[in-house]
Amino acid sequence: MMNQGVKDHILQALNKGIRLDGRKKDEFRPIEIKIGVVATAEGSAMVTCGDTQVVAGVKMDVAKPYPDSQEDGVMMFSSEMLPLSNPQFEPGPPKIESIEVARVIDRGIREGKAMDTKKLCITPGELVWNVMVDVLPINYDGNLIDIGGVASLTALYNARMPKLENDKVVPGSKTGEKIPLNAMPLPVTIGKIGDNLIVDPNDAEYQSLDARLTIAVLEDGTLCAMQKGGNASLTVKDLNEMIDLAVQKSQELRGLIKKALGMA
Amino acid sequence: MTYTKRMDGRGFAQTRPITAKAGVIKKADGSAFFKIGDTAAYAAVYGPRELNPKHMQDPKKGVLRCNYNMMPFSGTDRIKPGPSRRSKEISMVTEKSLLPVVNLEDYPNAVVDVFIELTETDAGSRCAGICAAAIALADAGITMKDMVAAVSTGVVDHQVCVDLNGDEEHIHDVDVADIPVAMVPSTEEITLLQMDGKVSKEELLKGISDVTPVLKDIAKIQRAALKERFAKE
Repeated sequence: MMNQGVKDHILQALNKGIRLDGRKKDEFRPIEIKIGVVATAEGSAMVTCGDTQVVAGVKMDVAKPYPDSQEDGVMMFSSEMLPLSNPQFEPGPPKIESIEVARVIDRGIREGKAMDTKKLCITPGELVWNVMVDVLPINYDGNLIDIGGVASLTALYNARMPKLENDKVVPGSKTGEKIPLNAMPLPVTIGKIGDNLIVDPNDAEYQSLDARLTIAVLEDGTLCAMQKGGNASLTVKDLNEMIDLAVQKSQELRGLIKKALGMA
Repeated sequence: MTYTKRMDGRGFAQTRPITAKAGVIKKADGSAFFKIGDTAAYAAVYGPRELNPKHMQDPKKGVLRCNYNMMPFSGTDRIKPGPSRRSKEISMVTEKSLLPVVNLEDYPNAVVDVFIELTETDAGSRCAGICAAAIALADAGITMKDMVAAVSTGVVDHQVCVDLNGDEEHIHDVDVADIPVAMVPSTEEITLLQMDGKVSKEELLKGISDVTPVLKDIAKIQRAALKERFAKE
């Protein structure tokens, strides 16, 4: 893992207002979004942010609804730290880090009510659509939650529903109909190193974080999910600044997504 | 009925369009992307690095370890993450297909890890994975005797067809055989050979002889990807 010398170096530089890759504290790495990159998926997106590159794919199937929400379609988010993407990852079942990534992305989209789950009901109490989103890094250099969040949301907007025949999905079919979506919540992670707040931490910075807070933000600035990580605590002053930063950055990211989707 | 015209209009010895790129994964020691039609594979090589646990180390030569995986959204139905019987078998045959060209004697006690991820598949995924892995190994500077190229040769209703796509694999009313082949292009040694389906001995041999020049062409594309990568640096 990261040695203390590197961590100290990152902190000392940040105290002088410098990031090792030359960015400002509130600056993302350059982002590129490609849509429809996976022919087999109902929807997909490939998002490159510096040396992090994430592919998200949406698959759709039908399922029995949950007993407590019989008229709602269901969704599921999964992620894995692929050993292909970075030497620090090993093969094996998903560990807590990747489970957290998937769950935080999930909560932003779920609590932000991005998906109209009522419209994803086929037969109340019996059959609903199941939307499965998988988020996987091909290149890993930190900030998987934010980049994965952009990729997931873009893939959902890119998706076209498959055809349904006798309550079964016709394999490989597409109807041209979109998934009913009506919001664009995005998770933005603010890292804290010493007294410095930074956005879009790369791997070295991520491993040096004292604390982090991921905030999922809707287009009107409403917050819809949060997750604190790291061992250090946060002050109310931190929280104030972190929210402002997250709201501002989420607007930038949303603008890029809209452009990629041709909505801008 | 005979298979006189291919479903996607290709010639019988014609592959789907191929894209190959080396050096696509920054943190890997070597990497590649190989796409043939709607089948796309990424490969990353990590190593030579220390092999743990230590009792698995071989003081005479290194160990090649391949891991083939289809991403959950890369098939018709979502694939549950994690290894399956199928992916384990493909990982093994991938390893065997590359072993004959890799000079593992140069890396005693070490392991060379190859991770292969398929983002989308429309038949021929193990061959695409092998092609990507061979480029990635060369990109990592692992000493090799030659490239390894792979593609499937098929026999549809007694007609040899190179590089079957998913639609052709699923033709039901006639005999279809899918024969993935990997080859060392300079020596024409076969390093992967599997078959599903029914063929005569003659058809099989014709399939192999028809696919040999195709494999040599694929090896040229693999080499070109490496040249392009190192021309840039």
